[in-house]
Amino acid sequence: MSGRALLRNRVVCGALGVATLLLLAEAAGRAGLFGQDTLPLTSTIVARTVELAGDEEFLTDVAATMTAWSLGLLLTVAVTVPLGLLLGSLPKVEATVRPLIEFLRPIPSVALIPLAILLFPDRLDLKIAVIFYASCWPILINTMYGLRDVDPVAKETLRSFGFGPLAVLWRVSLPSTAPFIATGVRLAGGIALILAVSAELLAGGSDGIGAYVIEASSSPDGLEFIIAATVWAGILGVVTNSLFIGAERRLFRWHTARAGVAA
Amino acid sequence: MLEISNLTHTYGSGPSAHTALGGIDLRVAEGELVCIVGPSGSGKSTLLRSIAGLLRPTGGRITLDGTPVAQIPDDLAVVFQDYSRSLFPWMSVADNVSLPLRRKGQSRKQRTRSAAEALEQVGLASAGSKYPWELSGGMQQRVSIARALAYRPSLLLMDEPFGSVDAQTREDLEDLTLLVRGLHNMTILLITHDIDESVYVGDRVVVLSKAPARVVGDLRVDLPGPRDQINTREHSDFVRLRGEVGRLVRGVRPSQPSAL
Ligand SMILES: Nc1ncnc2c1ncn2[C@@H]1O[C@H](COP(=O)(O)OP(=O)(O)OP(=O)(O)O)[C@@H](O)[C@H]1O
Ligand SMILES: [Mg+2]
Repeated sequence: MSGRALLRNRVVCGALGVATLLLLAEAAGRAGLFGQDTLPLTSTIVARTVELAGDEEFLTDVAATMTAWSLGLLLTVAVTVPLGLLLGSLPKVEATVRPLIEFLRPIPSVALIPLAILLFPDRLDLKIAVIFYASCWPILINTMYGLRDVDPVAKETLRSFGFGPLAVLWRVSLPSTAPFIATGVRLAGGIALILAVSAELLAGGSDGIGAYVIEASSSPDGLEFIIAATVWAGILGVVTNSLFIGAERRLFRWHTARAGVAA
Repeated sequence: MLEISNLTHTYGSGPSAHTALGGIDLRVAEGELVCIVGPSGSGKSTLLRSIAGLLRPTGGRITLDGTPVAQIPDDLAVVFQDYSRSLFPWMSVADNVSLPLRRKGQSRKQRTRSAAEALEQVGLASAGSKYPWELSGGMQQRVSIARALAYRPSLLLMDEPFGSVDAQTREDLEDLTLLVRGLHNMTILLITHDIDESVYVGDRVVVLSKAPARVVGDLRVDLPGPRDQINTREHSDFVRLRGEVGRLVRGVRPSQPSAL
């Protein structure tokens, strides 16, 4: 591959940009543009980040956060997808709960954490509850709108072969809505991670990435570890997101392929 | 086998109401292939959807083999014009064809066998594992036809089935329809706006008027068989029938002397 061709590759381009930024920060730090107690050197942060990967205490915290994340997301999917299907297929019911949804949805979920702390004495329950509240919206909305957009010809085709409404829902509406639901779940995954860490930061407690950060903030060289833990939180977000994207590509090839034909 | 008497249908109510069907009477005998032609917007699809039980007409009676159509009749299949929307893109071609057979309580093995057989009948024996969107438009419509055939309906309804394919493919699909009708003892109702097609394919051509639609012509097509895209279309009876149907569709008095 020539240099020019390499530049056209998005991954290569992105990596180049990040590397440049990190090098600049390192150079600025070494040149004394800012004190290392304001922003540690890039090399120090990288070293701490790598160090954390072998730190058993930190890994336990990561496991705790990801447990809350996956349980919360699982519960949200299990409750919200059927609910979205129900609301999407019953326009009358949807119309009556619509105002409620419009009222609840814009409430910043992080602002509900103090209330949740009062309601849920158990830390894991608390995290799952706030994850559920924050991440149900993209799944609910995508399921409802996806269902509304199911091709009437497809539904009518199955109907003409004598299939009833439930069979049409299961065999036509659900599969054609699935790509939209999957996108909702991916968005919800990002939100769930934010809420899991936020709950840990606000509610304290003994485990989770957020709890690790709070603990680190009281130690003298804590800043380096706080930043390193944040880097890991970012990496977890990126990795889970790309896993979702990869799964969507594999499962819904028919969706992208057909959209490609139509375009 | 199919009897329609004084069928009317009005969409909506009040000042915006639109009467699509203004009292249709039609009888179709078992095994017949009847083409229905009419001007665009005359109510052809409305008629077909009423027969299929997909729409509840506002008046009149439809009976299939003596039983009134209240819900969707059991052994009836529909081929829609829009094959790309009517086939399910998340399923392979074979699965698309075998899905309706679940209604017949067939085992998986039976369904697979029936689907393969139907695909072979439409000349797509090797396309079973492909996805519909990997096929050309004509091939996709063949899959829809195979899906209907596998279901073994006693009545097959087709709503402008060849309206979205090129002329050559259209002729191939017309010949396919003539071929498969002989395979099972199916009664076929084919809607088209193409006058030549109605005469070429049909045993009978029924002409509908502009909305509110009524039957304004019912012609028997007696052409020497087997039909052939070149010779049949040159036959003097074909030319005469085409002219008659054309005049009826355009609303010209049928009593006008023909040039022949
Ligand atoms: N769901 C509906 N609501 C209101 N009006 C409708 C509806 N469906 C069809 N119509 C109207 O009824 C009339 C007949 O429609 P229909 O689709 O049956 O005609 P068609 O003969 O099949 O037309 P085409 O040749 O264009 O397919 C049209 O004027 C159409 O606008
Ligand atoms: Mg129509």
